[in-house]
Amino acid sequence: MLSEENLKKIEALKPRFQTTQALTLPVLWMIQQQHGWISSEAMQYVAQLLNVPVSHVYGVVTFYTMYNQKPVGKYHLQVCTNVSCMLNGGGELRDHVCKRLGVKLGETTSDNRFTVTEVECLGSCGTAPMMQVNDDYFENLSLEQVDELLEKLN
Amino acid sequence: MNMTEFEKIILTEIPNLHKIDVYEQHGGYSALRKVLGMTPDAVIDEVKKSNLRGRGGACFPAGLKWSFMPKVSSKPKYLCANGDESEPGTFKDRQIFEYNPHVFIEGALIEAYAIGAQMVYVYIRGEYKKWIDLLQVAIDDAYQKGYIGQNILGSGFTTHIQVYRGAGAYICGEESSLMNSVEGGRGYPRVKPPFPAQSGMWGCPTTINNIETISNVPAIINRGWEWYSKIGAPKHPGPLLYGISGHVNKPGVFELPTGVLLTDLIYNYCGGVKNGKNIKAVIPGGSSTMWLRGEELEGVRMDADSLKAVGTSIGTAGVIVMDEDTDVIKVLTRIAHFYHHESCGQCTPCREGTGWMEKILRRFLAGEGTLQDIDLLLDVANNIEGNTICALGDAAAWPVQSVIKKFRGEFEKRAKKSPSVTRYVKPPHLVEVTAV
Repeated sequence: MLSEENLKKIEALKPRFQTTQALTLPVLWMIQQQHGWISSEAMQYVAQLLNVPVSHVYGVVTFYTMYNQKPVGKYHLQVCTNVSCMLNGGGELRDHVCKRLGVKLGETTSDNRFTVTEVECLGSCGTAPMMQVNDDYFENLSLEQVDELLEKLN
Repeated sequence: MNMTEFEKIILTEIPNLHKIDVYEQHGGYSALRKVLGMTPDAVIDEVKKSNLRGRGGACFPAGLKWSFMPKVSSKPKYLCANGDESEPGTFKDRQIFEYNPHVFIEGALIEAYAIGAQMVYVYIRGEYKKWIDLLQVAIDDAYQKGYIGQNILGSGFTTHIQVYRGAGAYICGEESSLMNSVEGGRGYPRVKPPFPAQSGMWGCPTTINNIETISNVPAIINRGWEWYSKIGAPKHPGPLLYGISGHVNKPGVFELPTGVLLTDLIYNYCGGVKNGKNIKAVIPGGSSTMWLRGEELEGVRMDADSLKAVGTSIGTAGVIVMDEDTDVIKVLTRIAHFYHHESCGQCTPCREGTGWMEKILRRFLAGEGTLQDIDLLLDVANNIEGNTICALGDAAAWPVQSVIKKFRGEFEKRAKKSPSVTRYVKPPHLVEVTAV
């Protein structure tokens, strides 16, 4: 479930916290980085690894929006539509991306390349509108630039 | 103070300041050396006298907060640095991580020394992967040079810095939620008292400060409290990272003294409103703060007391400007949706009330709102405010209260004239609302 490298990282992190439970978020990040999402098997594995109840892990996974509870496409497009982006065309950007890819929000394209979600403020208010693709920010986007980006990723 | 004479201390013009060698060449880590020769009390005293106030929204005096930490403790003590930065309209801490991470690291080490913290947890929102990595590089470099870790610079003082990545929850910017998150749990706020200084991380004494607050500390130590307290507004001094967004020509983060005229920010620093339009409304300090009407901006200064005097607050100094053609109800609905989405669900007034407010506002967008709905909306907001464990409930209520107060006419115009009974209309999803 987790690579040797990640297991080493976990051992190195342990002395930095009073409990193993504190490693819940970091370990879930490692799972997501390796597998793209967090399955119920993964939750059981994490619970065993950290010696916490499965219910605790499930509670954490379901509380935080960034943990994917189902597989996502190769590129996860997260469009901000909060106020500053909204004022600068974040809504149009969101609609454009959905239309172009032929999906609704939260859906994945049939080739499993793209998943589109609408997210809350990502702290790029001065460079609105923007979207996050996996871990990377793409800011000050025009619709043309989005098209170029989607071409490149395809 | 003459703006041209103002010297930036956090987001300076020095190129490559993120590199530790460059930071050292410009006097970096000299403040840390200095404090290691002082008593912790003397350091706290310096910060107290400087009148540095929190930059995360509540403006609490930082030195006073530090002084709440017990001098003697059988338990370990902790410092949490709050880099969750999720308040809509706020985008300043990421600039620190990117352009001057060491000023933050140095400030955190000084604070850890002053309060006796053996570990610093830096909580950064999960979406900021790039900035987490940038800060980690700086932390690793500082470890290499012996500024962090065992027996720092031979002083006998030991502390560590650990970055903790959040995973997408606005509420984790609330200090007690942040601690629960670092403990590996759901980000639920805790009931206070006990305050973190009495019982924080794992029940141990803990202090939580915003990234920007901590980044002010090295300059205070280097130049002295007196120098610092003379910058900007006397009761709320220092440089401040203003983030301006929305309908302005040149949005961005500007480091300026506190107490700058709001109109100066908009017209001088941001090059005015897009397409030369007039301003309809301004949110002065992030989405939780009360709105100002365009005609109220003249003479308003950006510091805690001046904004309090006009019925709002400085918050995170994240200014959002809306031009004359903005549909304020649509913007308010978006904000209501945000708070509904981000409510942690612990307290009934917030969990249910934020949803009701969003529903009623969507009713207005769908042309189905009534005159009674305006007062219903206010009633819901008033019943959330003050009745929740943490301030998210208040933060959700204030925009609604202030927009109704300042733009009641807009609601009345949109309200259906006749039947007082609203037939149920499926609220349109945000997707179907064309962008502003």
